[in-house]
Amino acid sequence: MVQAVISGNYAQAYAAKLARTQVVAAYPITPQTTIIEKIAEFVASGQMDAQYVKVESEHSAMAACISASALGARTYTASSSQGLLLMHELLHWASGARAPIVMGIANRSVAPPLSIWTDHKDTISQRDTGWIQMYAESGQEVIDSVLVAFRVAEHEDVLLPAMVAEDAFYLTHTYEPVDIPTQDQVDRFLPPRKPSSGFRPGLANRYGTFIGPELHMEFQRKVAEGMERVPRVFREAEEEYERITGRNHGGPMPTYRTEDADAVLVTMGTAATTARSVVDVLRKHGKKVGLAKIRVFRPWPVPEVRALGADVDRIGVLDRSFTFGASGAAHTEFAAAMYGSPHRPLVRDFVAGLGGRDLTPPMFTQMFESLLSSEKEEVSWVGLKRRPEVTVRG
Amino acid sequence: MARLTIPERELMHSGHAGCPGCGAALAMRYLLKGLGEDVVVALPACCWTVIGTPFPTTVLDVGILDTAFETTGAAMSGLRAAADALGMTDVTVVGWAGDGGTADIGLQALSGMLERRTDGIYVMYDNEAYMNTGIQRSGATPEGAWTTTTPVAAKSRGKSEPKKDIMGIVAAHYPAYAATLNVAFPEDYLKKVQKARDIKGPRFLHVLAPCPPGWRFPPEKMVALGRLATDSNVFPLYEIEGGKYKITRKLGTPKPIAEYLKLQGRFAHMTPEEVAASQAGVDARWKRLLALEALG
Repeated sequence: MVQAVISGNYAQAYAAKLARTQVVAAYPITPQTTIIEKIAEFVASGQMDAQYVKVESEHSAMAACISASALGARTYTASSSQGLLLMHELLHWASGARAPIVMGIANRSVAPPLSIWTDHKDTISQRDTGWIQMYAESGQEVIDSVLVAFRVAEHEDVLLPAMVAEDAFYLTHTYEPVDIPTQDQVDRFLPPRKPSSGFRPGLANRYGTFIGPELHMEFQRKVAEGMERVPRVFREAEEEYERITGRNHGGPMPTYRTEDADAVLVTMGTAATTARSVVDVLRKHGKKVGLAKIRVFRPWPVPEVRALGADVDRIGVLDRSFTFGASGAAHTEFAAAMYGSPHRPLVRDFVAGLGGRDLTPPMFTQMFESLLSSEKEEVSWVGLKRRPEVTVRG
Repeated sequence: MARLTIPERELMHSGHAGCPGCGAALAMRYLLKGLGEDVVVALPACCWTVIGTPFPTTVLDVGILDTAFETTGAAMSGLRAAADALGMTDVTVVGWAGDGGTADIGLQALSGMLERRTDGIYVMYDNEAYMNTGIQRSGATPEGAWTTTTPVAAKSRGKSEPKKDIMGIVAAHYPAYAATLNVAFPEDYLKKVQKARDIKGPRFLHVLAPCPPGWRFPPEKMVALGRLATDSNVFPLYEIEGGKYKITRKLGTPKPIAEYLKLQGRFAHMTPEEVAASQAGVDARWKRLLALEALG
């Protein structure tokens, strides 16, 4: 174990290197760039023995990753925002082709208006593509989650692609101390990929050919079953990772001070760090509040959500994106998971921090206090300027 | 006794799902005769998605990876990278796409693959329209041709724009090897496939694949029509190696384009003036090709 002060993006790159990734195909986009620059440096200096395909678009990046993965190579890429959206067609293709690609994501908003700053609109827009989705809070979580993602994605019971998302700039470009596992530790955790069984030279087979109505649905079901096995495989992978490195980030939805809480806020990504400090402050003032953090958004952690909802009366879900015409995605999913449970808490939606808007401690205080005092059901947009002041720069 | 120059070994079997007289079916058969079985093939949406028969059957004795419509070039780069990473260094990476999947929607990925110097053979089989979806015009459809999206009617005389020069686009990327091939000339076809097989780097084969239902001619005329395409200079056979052009079939006197056009229903509406204009275009392109060859 080596402790180094690195950025979230470098944590992605170190994980890709330690995983002995064999093929990388990537295209630059702010703020993902330092991931693929660092990998280029690793490959150029001989520290990483990978084929690095410098493609001409994100669409081609994912196409190259799918074919490389289909032939049996361990494959990594990284993207963000518009680039991730350009990949959308091929994200479906990757899961349908059962290609266990791992992709780092710098969570960035989607234009217009153009923004390079963080929110989750890019990855939330991909939630139905059959990818495992993980969200990280810290550089440490990034490096550990990417390694776990490889193991889960490539597991023969799963064989699905996985993305590990980190908030733009708050995490991608923030340097903090990270324990980097040794190569020996990672080799023990992550053995080489098994050879591809469906596609290789000399094997008369078509991989991904067209299928009529008589069987297409059965193939969809196979993908669903792969996803259904993720919670078990993920738990086993994290236990094994803990045995080797001593670290475990607490499952798909870790909680903080929720045992006796009257109100709990559910967050994703870096928002949890600020929210946690606000929980401590409010607890000192006698307010029984707690925090839950969604680390795995796909598959949606239904048992963990139901367990939390069974003990708490008021739950607020913080969405860093919005589904126009409905509510935030995490809120919708949370409320849906609670429906039918014996205990049905109030589940409110807070939309905040879009397009890189800072999520400040007073905002979290406001959310907790609103949650403790109000029953209102409609979506609350937090920190919204009713009359925005615009300064024109000459 | 004449020597048989076409390898006897078949890697394509009977039972394909192409139309009678399908040039694209013959094109794949000859390609695999020339390349052998140590290949991996990226196959996007195109006629061959169907010709190759649905799951769980296949008509080919090689590994085929179906890929998205516009991704052939990128898929080839991924296959090459994985093959090299996994120690399959001898395998030939092939991309097999139609004219729409190459010259239109897949042009960016093709350009990327060529510019990256991906070691592989990209084959564009050209039936001059989106035939799999039912004869819609593509960038490779020739001027004047009727298609379902370029009808012949009061305000339309078929396609009003010239055929895209895909070989010119490819040549601008300095490929290791590029050639035009025609299923109606199997010896020339195999010679070029085998030559391409033994060269490293990005290679591109532009294959003319006449389409009886799309071009509106009887299936039994496919080879005769294919020969006319080259012998009228509509589809000259040549190769580009190390930047040098070499025409591989030259007639003293080419056949008039009218002979080629009159066999096809898609050109049936053309007036003598339109045919003359078409002849002028063919002559100009041929002259330019001769000049490129003369550059040496």
